[in-house]
Amino acid sequence: MLHSSIRLCIKGGFATIGGGTERNAIRPANRQIDPGRIRDFRRAVVGVVTFRGRKPDLEECKMNIVKSSLACLALVAAAAVPATAQEIHPLTGEVLADDQSFTYRLLDEHLPVDPQLVQDVSTSAMARDLFEGLFNQDEAGRIVPGVATHHEVNGDNTVYTFHLRNDAQWSDGRPVTAHDFVYAWRRAADPETASPYAWFIESMALENAGEVISGELPPSELGVVAVDDLTLEARLTRSLPYFPAMTVHATTFPVPEWTIEEHGAEWTNPGKMVSNGAYVLTEYTPAVRTVRERNRLYWNDEATIIEKVVALVINDENVALTRYLSGELDMTQVPTGQYRNLKAKYPDQVHSAPRLCTYYYVFNLSESGPVPFRDVRVRRALSLAVDREVITEGILQSGQIPAYTFTPGATAGFEVPDIGAAGLTQAERDAEAVKLMAEAGFGGDSPLEFTLLYNTSESHKKIAIAASQMWKTKLGVEVSLRNMEWKTFLDAFQGQDFELARAGWCGDYNEASTFLDVLTTRSEINVGKYASERVDRLMEAAGLSADPQPIYSEVEMVLSEDSPIIPVYHYTSVFFLNPNLRNWPFGNVEQNWYSRNLYRTAN
Amino acid sequence: MALLTHFLRRLAVAVPTLAALIVVSFILMHAAPGGPFTGDRPLPEDVMANIEAKYGLDQPLHRQLLTYFTGIVLEFDFGPSFRYRDRSVNDIIAQGFPVTLTYGMIAFVVAVLVGAALGIAAALSKNTWLDYLAVGVSVGAQVLPNFVMAPILVLVFTLWLGLLPGGGWGGLDWRYVVMPVVALSTSFMASIARLSRSSMLEVMSSDFIRTARAKGLSRRRIVLGHALKPAMLPVVSYLGPVFVYMVTGSVVIDLYFSTGGIGQFYVNSALNRDYAVMMGITILIGALTIAFNLIVDMIYAWIDPQIRFRGRQQ
Repeated sequence: MLHSSIRLCIKGGFATIGGGTERNAIRPANRQIDPGRIRDFRRAVVGVVTFRGRKPDLEECKMNIVKSSLACLALVAAAAVPATAQEIHPLTGEVLADDQSFTYRLLDEHLPVDPQLVQDVSTSAMARDLFEGLFNQDEAGRIVPGVATHHEVNGDNTVYTFHLRNDAQWSDGRPVTAHDFVYAWRRAADPETASPYAWFIESMALENAGEVISGELPPSELGVVAVDDLTLEARLTRSLPYFPAMTVHATTFPVPEWTIEEHGAEWTNPGKMVSNGAYVLTEYTPAVRTVRERNRLYWNDEATIIEKVVALVINDENVALTRYLSGELDMTQVPTGQYRNLKAKYPDQVHSAPRLCTYYYVFNLSESGPVPFRDVRVRRALSLAVDREVITEGILQSGQIPAYTFTPGATAGFEVPDIGAAGLTQAERDAEAVKLMAEAGFGGDSPLEFTLLYNTSESHKKIAIAASQMWKTKLGVEVSLRNMEWKTFLDAFQGQDFELARAGWCGDYNEASTFLDVLTTRSEINVGKYASERVDRLMEAAGLSADPQPIYSEVEMVLSEDSPIIPVYHYTSVFFLNPNLRNWPFGNVEQNWYSRNLYRTAN
Repeated sequence: MALLTHFLRRLAVAVPTLAALIVVSFILMHAAPGGPFTGDRPLPEDVMANIEAKYGLDQPLHRQLLTYFTGIVLEFDFGPSFRYRDRSVNDIIAQGFPVTLTYGMIAFVVAVLVGAALGIAAALSKNTWLDYLAVGVSVGAQVLPNFVMAPILVLVFTLWLGLLPGGGWGGLDWRYVVMPVVALSTSFMASIARLSRSSMLEVMSSDFIRTARAKGLSRRRIVLGHALKPAMLPVVSYLGPVFVYMVTGSVVIDLYFSTGGIGQFYVNSALNRDYAVMMGITILIGALTIAFNLIVDMIYAWIDPQIRFRGRQQ
């Protein structure tokens, strides 16, 4: 209780000291404060006490008003308008701006913010603000408590028990319980919901997930139970040491059963939506703007500083930039190919942060694929001959990282193995490639010919042209380029109607298996139909291992030898950010940001 | 009476045209590769099966078409959006169309009034500085289609002058309306100006105007009473499709200024294969095109009696 009134005095100035607030009234008395927050509180108290220490001076000034100095006058003047006293950040001591709003650009219209249906990055970001799952991520991407305070796990990582905090509530005042999670997880798998992200529940290895999704078992058979209101138990079919990290994903967020029952699919509209995150949805104009505002009922609301978050849909990246420069936006993407110029012009506003994503080319190794690709020497030669530096430095120019492994080096715990190719110079790689290609019997009179497929886009085209030129000049390979509109491309790609194709993959959670599982035989995403018993076996072993990281490195070694794909580069996200907007999680490689961790400083 | 039969005859053609439009677009759309739920992550078979069953996409195409058709005819229901599960196609059109309609109508009125005034003024003062100015302006405006105008306007009024917001929509708040209207109307205004200028020049040199002059009528009466109506004939026939284009098809404006108009939904629904939304907007545009061609026909018949007479003779 004390905690929140002290915070109020800092945020609102002296006028509110000791004043009753509606916030106190709605807080349950048995609030629990975690140690980190007690530390914050101490600093806050120190701040207030020092500030109050000036008070006797002020009285002195008032009493000796006749001989008052200029300094005294200033002090009296300052004390006379306490309501406008500037707010100070409780931890950093920075002066906060009066307007605590955050406006950012959305490339495209987002989807309804229904956690179990969320499937894209921009809607996920909204879901993280509006809802809260068992765990959150901090600025560095580490797992921190959300609705769950802590968890236990059995010896083989197959039964997880999560303990929920008792002060989490929905925006309508109901408590958040383990039953809400059970309902949400079952809903994600339920064929009735028909969620395109039902597979996520399957990848969480919850018991009976596959059977529930296919309709063989009712959703109530899913391996998740509420032991009591504040205890959630997840039962898995295989060992998943990173299971808690998966609960940061929107699919696992709790949803209010009573609201969904009442409004059906329309429950995600403002006025109808009930949520448990730091913000509530207050406005939604499709294809124009979406507004979320601070949720006073959020259990950790005292720590929230940003009051209002506005997402504006602006399809054109250059228009977005203009609107950013005119001060309408706090954040927008850097238009393609302009990073270097803009970084030079706005060094403190343009940022490049690594992402957990890999750009790569996939060989079609299925029946329908070209025969030469079945020769590992051909695949290795093509991979070696791609000069990644030319692509990242010459074409993309936005700080992308040349890729020699499928898993980005930025992935938590992942140790990039000593892959031969990465250590060589490009000249050495080229020499090796020429040798391998000759061994495979291509070159001179019998050149290798194939088609490279990509979805229509300027940057994919540039990269494809560069790569095909490298193959042509170094190995005498004849490549024809073919581009298709996105959905047409997907149809061809996923139907194995291609030879070599462009692909991109972003991790669903921060662990190497989110990448390496893609190349196992059982994965639907293994579009190139690469089949390696060794990789399958290793990945299975990784699931059971207490320390799977060395196994992941070994898998990458196998991939480097087999070359079922050509990793080209690891993505970066390049964006403008208003320099007054602080605490952006640059270190979070998944770029999972939470508005409640941000704040805006006065100029 | 003649007008009425003319109208009914045209209407009898319009309805089957619209029905044919629906059938052809439905088939074409489903023939496009990929579907609403094709994503960069191939969905497991059972997940895909659940989704297709929920939206009736597992039914044979003719059955889907029949369901769709009956839905429209019986309940005026254009189906659910596959992408925005919390709203129907009717909701999306109800939200987006008024926006497009608002700035489209204003742009239309501006283009017609300014364009026609400019053209007529130029024609009436042929080979004077006013004529050269009007022709110069309209030729200049002609080479500024909306996708060129829009960035220029944003650059000047948002970035340099800081007078107008660079996009968005605030109901009838004029600040959001100005740039879409100007960007959309400029090139049409130019076309209308040139069209009305040449048409007016032609009419002014015709025999009946010479007769009117010989009778000693005032210039004012000649222009307003005799020349204006026939001079506007080619302009009117041009305006029908332009009006429909302005109130529905200004995709560039919607995308550029993020107005939330239907143009944005039209493009995105096509790219996302959001069948129902795409069909709904196609039907809307189709129906409006047919309706306004009908209206233009009627206006034409009213302005030019020859058309009515020809109709009667047939």
